[in-house]
Amino acid sequence: MRPFAYERASSVEEAVGLLDRADVPTRLLAGGTNLVDLLKLDVEAPRLLVDVNHLGLDRIERTDAGGLLIGATVRNSDLAADPTVRAEYPVLARALLSAASGQIRNQATTGGNLMQRTRCVYFMDAGKPCNKRDPGSGCPAIEGASRELGLLGTSSSCIATHPGDMGVALAVLDAVVHYRTADGPAVLPIGDFHRLPGDDPSRDTNLPAGAMITGVEVPPLTFAATSTYRKARDRRSYAFALASVAAAIDVDGDEVRDVRLAFGGVSPRPWRARIAEELLRGAPATADSFRAAAQAELESATPTDENRFKIDLVTRLVTGTLLELTGGVR
Amino acid sequence: MTALGAPLRRIEGREKVTGGARYSFEHTPEACVYAWPVQATEGFARITAIHVDPVLAMPGVVDVITADDAERLTDADDGELMVLQSPVVAYRGQVVALVVAESLETAREAASRLRVEYRTGEVDSVLETGHPKLYAPEEVNAGFPTDTAVGDIDQAVAEADLVVDRTYSTAALFNNPMEPHATVATWADGALHVFESSQGSSATVEILATLFGIPADDITVDSQHVGGGFGSKGSPRPNVVLAVMAARRVGRPVKLAYTRQMMFALAGYRTPTISRIRLAANRDGRLLGLAHDAISQTSTIEEFTEQTAEASRHMYAAAHRSTTHRVAALDVPTPRWMRAPGECPGMYALESAIDELAHSLAIDPVELRVLNEPASDPETGKEFSSRHLVDCLRRGADAFGWAGRDPAPGVRREGRWLVGTGVASALYPAMVMPSSARVTAHRDGRYLVEINATDIGTGARTVLAQIAADRLDVDTDRIDIRIGDSSLPAGSIAGGSAGTASWGWAVAKASLALVEKLDGGDVPADGLAAEADIADDIEAMADVDRHAYGAQFAEVRVDLDSGEIVLSRMLGVFAAGRILNSRTARSQFIGGMTMGASMALHEHGVMDGVRGDYANHDLATYHVAACADIPDIHVEWLDEHDDQLNPVGGKGIGEIGNVGAAAAIANAVWHATGIRVRDLPIQPDSLVAGLPFR
Repeated sequence: MRPFAYERASSVEEAVGLLDRADVPTRLLAGGTNLVDLLKLDVEAPRLLVDVNHLGLDRIERTDAGGLLIGATVRNSDLAADPTVRAEYPVLARALLSAASGQIRNQATTGGNLMQRTRCVYFMDAGKPCNKRDPGSGCPAIEGASRELGLLGTSSSCIATHPGDMGVALAVLDAVVHYRTADGPAVLPIGDFHRLPGDDPSRDTNLPAGAMITGVEVPPLTFAATSTYRKARDRRSYAFALASVAAAIDVDGDEVRDVRLAFGGVSPRPWRARIAEELLRGAPATADSFRAAAQAELESATPTDENRFKIDLVTRLVTGTLLELTGGVR
Repeated sequence: MTALGAPLRRIEGREKVTGGARYSFEHTPEACVYAWPVQATEGFARITAIHVDPVLAMPGVVDVITADDAERLTDADDGELMVLQSPVVAYRGQVVALVVAESLETAREAASRLRVEYRTGEVDSVLETGHPKLYAPEEVNAGFPTDTAVGDIDQAVAEADLVVDRTYSTAALFNNPMEPHATVATWADGALHVFESSQGSSATVEILATLFGIPADDITVDSQHVGGGFGSKGSPRPNVVLAVMAARRVGRPVKLAYTRQMMFALAGYRTPTISRIRLAANRDGRLLGLAHDAISQTSTIEEFTEQTAEASRHMYAAAHRSTTHRVAALDVPTPRWMRAPGECPGMYALESAIDELAHSLAIDPVELRVLNEPASDPETGKEFSSRHLVDCLRRGADAFGWAGRDPAPGVRREGRWLVGTGVASALYPAMVMPSSARVTAHRDGRYLVEINATDIGTGARTVLAQIAADRLDVDTDRIDIRIGDSSLPAGSIAGGSAGTASWGWAVAKASLALVEKLDGGDVPADGLAAEADIADDIEAMADVDRHAYGAQFAEVRVDLDSGEIVLSRMLGVFAAGRILNSRTARSQFIGGMTMGASMALHEHGVMDGVRGDYANHDLATYHVAACADIPDIHVEWLDEHDDQLNPVGGKGIGEIGNVGAAAAIANAVWHATGIRVRDLPIQPDSLVAGLPFR
């Protein structure tokens, strides 16, 4: 762990101004639940930490469009407990509550959650090769401990996953990330926020350099009330997803009118399952069509021997989750 | 007297929960400095250069110690303790240098900046059946024989109606006590004082005396409060040697604590095990033959062989028997004791195979065990001091609702869940170790009990006070107790489930000696003391077989949507002699069963076979069971009286709860799903492809 300077920003403009100085490696500190670990592990070694916990970004507001604007430093536990979120966006509340531990959720923030790094064990050990941490050094995970890593959207350079749960729920809600740079405010749709590694895994997101997330907008979704989040993991609390499914579905009689599906724990980004969605629209709401849609989505998977089981796992999770949302076994 | 068996609350409980209890690292002597180990980043290597000068030049850095200039130690028969003695790296994570600095932060930073160059070779770190380095050690842990044979196992296998021949494996498991290993070492006037998180500081004194070539009388080790150990603090680990070495060299007190990550390389762990079990049985369920061939790993600097097949020598009657142990010295950290070494992984294998045999024979698994109950030790013929395994199984079956259980696997559906139940036996040796104690009567009516026992969270203070009160025939609130200090009469380690039996015997003997000395008269003005030692009493014990027994029952629910396993019920019934404190005993049984559940379903040290370390070396990636994973565990015990043990009558309860629990759960998973997973932990990977759709 290396020494660093600490400054508490008093405004978003000040925080962005501090970030903008190219000569000083700087990180924003919100909940710190991931960043502080990485500092201790010598995976991150910024010279300056800018504390953004006191900028008034801790509110959840109704938008004119009828959705929600969630401040960047709203704590995960506060967001999960918000009555509007619970009533109108159960998928988001459940994703948040399935994550980490109670203590971590009390500390972790909305913006920080999107910025968290992979928990790949090679990335987190500064003494080992890792293309994400040390570009060009190689990816030992592909031939190594890959059981928990990705199989969709990965590359020969990196099979890390975005480890979060909240982002997977935001993916089905078509959320929009609001951020600020020295040039002013801007937005990124959640689907464009995390990037796939290709041959440059070092960057996790498409957020421009010097940007600070100020909030996340969740638009209204007419059928969000029939949404949920299912997560499979190695223990029932405080474990990252082996795989997870965020789903919202609108059924007309026995037919799927509309559906949103995203997977967690399988890709460098929350994986919006657009192939499956397309197949399901207008299809019968049956276990067979749910299963077939999941399988179609997973056709492009490139698993390792250790994580091949995730294909069966995701297929089962999708089928079970959609059956639950549509009222049981057909 | 009523003191024994009562659910007395922990004497130091209030101190602990209010922060008053001081653990080793919470002592900060004046002018102390901080040491930080630098760990090898290669797994099989030779150090070619360590660039100490830039680090020594950092403000606040006091010293950097390497194998080039560390003082020479005298081997105390533990290669792991020969720290900084050689440029050879035996495993990734081994200590290659020690940085000493004015602050913890500086020490940590300096350690991360120290550049070490290596010449590297190919790491050999993956244990597998048929590994070319497997060999037969002279003996296995705790002095048990490597191999045993009775009759002709091959003939039994050839002649039996039915043979189960299966191989089971357990993962590398890490003790992970809540308090990582920590030392505060101070040299003054040639004498050494150490605060050390240890399970037995009397032994630590002897080992430090040898390593550093000083008289044992000049060493004091203080272990007042210890935040758990599970075996990992049963002997000194590199932390204490490094701290003492640094303190002597810099002439100031030194503090050193492991990080959680260091615990996965420098604290010991349970070796992965691979067990081949052969059971040869007749149609009626009687075993003709029982064989257990176990393999495990050790490091290249210290031989430790887990006694994985030991339990199989005692469990069931069979005329033809064979057990073997083979070990491979790999480029890995040295495995050591972890709660019920041998019995825990070995009984997982044996009790899984018994379950498979029961299914093949269509005999109830409880009945199959009862059918093969031996009248005396099945290998040595020794008589049992007491053995109530069958009573545990019967009582457990009643309490669990075993009667009428449908033996068919994979048929009980409740919504999206498959439900199943399983059973397994448990055993653990009842041991005693030499200890001595002093009890002093004071004029004010109070009594002081002194013994270098260690309370690793079990409630040792409390139960020793109960034993003393019983023998002195006074209330427990008149007993003061001093433990955790090597200047007190020597006590055995808190290990082998033998602490209470050993210390308790010494305390009971000293208490009775004091009563005799007082002879009903007044206490002299400056008090009256009596001491006792039990080494001769142990020598005089009859040569019988002493074990505690238990029966473990589990119910699991398996999610058809994910292959996730939910442990929904767990029951343990134990016959462990006299239970001396029902409150703290229940905690230990529950803790052991929880650890067994964690082994069955969660814990998995993942070896990085290229670099030779356990890759998931923190508590976020190495999964210990969380509260949400553990149901309301039910514990019962038999009222067992055994007068061939020790005067306090207990068999030891620290480890038996951890034996058999994993097998009961694995058997329940099979009963739920019809899928037999023979490699722990059982996780969705192994089930998800084979489950029916809902």
